[in-house]
Amino acid sequence: MKKAISLAGAVEMIPENASLMIGGFMGIGSPHRIIAELVRQKRGGLTVIANDTGRPGFGIGQLISAKLVRKLIASHIGTNPETQKQMIAKEIEVELCPQGSLAERIRAGGYGLGGVLTPTGLGTIVAEGKPTVEVDGKQFLLERPLKADFALVWARRCDYRGNLEYALTARNFNPVIAMAASTVIVEADEIVPVGVIPPDTVHTPHVVVDHVIERNSSHG
Amino acid sequence: MDSKELIARRVAGELEEGSLVNLGIGLPATVANYLPKDMTVYFQSENGIIGMAPLPEAGLEDPYLADAGGRFVGAIPGACAFDSCFSFGLIRGGHLEVTVLGGLQVDEQGQLANWVVPGAMVPGMGGAMDLVTGTKRVIVAMTHTNKGERKIVKKCTLPLTSLRRVTLVVTELAVIEPTADGLMLKERAPGVSVETIVAATEARLIVPAEVPEMRIAA
Repeated sequence: MKKAISLAGAVEMIPENASLMIGGFMGIGSPHRIIAELVRQKRGGLTVIANDTGRPGFGIGQLISAKLVRKLIASHIGTNPETQKQMIAKEIEVELCPQGSLAERIRAGGYGLGGVLTPTGLGTIVAEGKPTVEVDGKQFLLERPLKADFALVWARRCDYRGNLEYALTARNFNPVIAMAASTVIVEADEIVPVGVIPPDTVHTPHVVVDHVIERNSSHG
Repeated sequence: MDSKELIARRVAGELEEGSLVNLGIGLPATVANYLPKDMTVYFQSENGIIGMAPLPEAGLEDPYLADAGGRFVGAIPGACAFDSCFSFGLIRGGHLEVTVLGGLQVDEQGQLANWVVPGAMVPGMGGAMDLVTGTKRVIVAMTHTNKGERKIVKKCTLPLTSLRRVTLVVTELAVIEPTADGLMLKERAPGVSVETIVAATEARLIVPAEVPEMRIAA
């Protein structure tokens, strides 16, 4: 049985300057309640690894607007001018990574691999300072694995044991980050008895999930 | 018909029945509007779905079904959803037939720059680098010039998206096919002369004796 945790208690576990992987794509499939609670508790100096930073004040954009992020690794910040502004003002360090490479770097971190060999980024700015490796006569860029202290995962359903089921395009990075962090915290739309999610439709098995946020808990 | 509609209609003519296609945000996304009604194309959105379709009507939004720009969409019967690793496995692994993207510059080698203007616009590459590197056919849909500035250039001055030579460039003036020998002028827009195209293009164009007018989807 996975011990349920209050929203406030979950965020209290996350120290200042922690590294966080956060699920979601333009805020679709992001753990919005955890994000709002990070803002409420003013958890600063964060390193955030995520696809994007949503829009100003929406999704991960809430963390950016509250100036809680010190370093960001993402594939796209174009929909959030606030992120670009803070980057230009050097208030936030941004590493832009091709989306497919970002996904695979996180996967490599979670799957115990030493890196990713990808053709993406060869000969571009992205390749600067990175080794290339030749395999069977083809060149590949070596991208390093990514890991984090916490993964903040959204799921449509989580059963009492912590098995997760996602939804449509809200799945995106969620199952990938659930493998790559020391502590995995889940925010689910529904918490259901074991068996409601059939074994074949469990997208993330419970063994990697550490905490499930109480469905109806609010802060305090 | 305005420039963007012309471009979208011409690109629509490149898509084949039953193929897997990814359309970029903006002009490329409008290509879907100009396919024959009886044609089935499987649209992938890199945030994790095959079978994306327009929302049937306002009010039917599913908060968990959106395109890569975060706009709510619908899906066709048989649609399927997956995570970001699988999505880019399709893209990078060569399973995606066509990607249609916008462009800032294309050069004589057929290389594309479309993700950053250093110091001015730094949105990030999103999926563009993977799409251009891995997709079987890469179609650039863009206006021929930007405020009078020529975008088809001898050598890209903006940072490249990929070393890969793109398959086709479609503008409101011309269809250009990058080849090992250089940029081949394949078609001209209705009523547009070869001279007009050459004048609007910084790169050297290979101009065949006959340059037919574009075939435009009705």
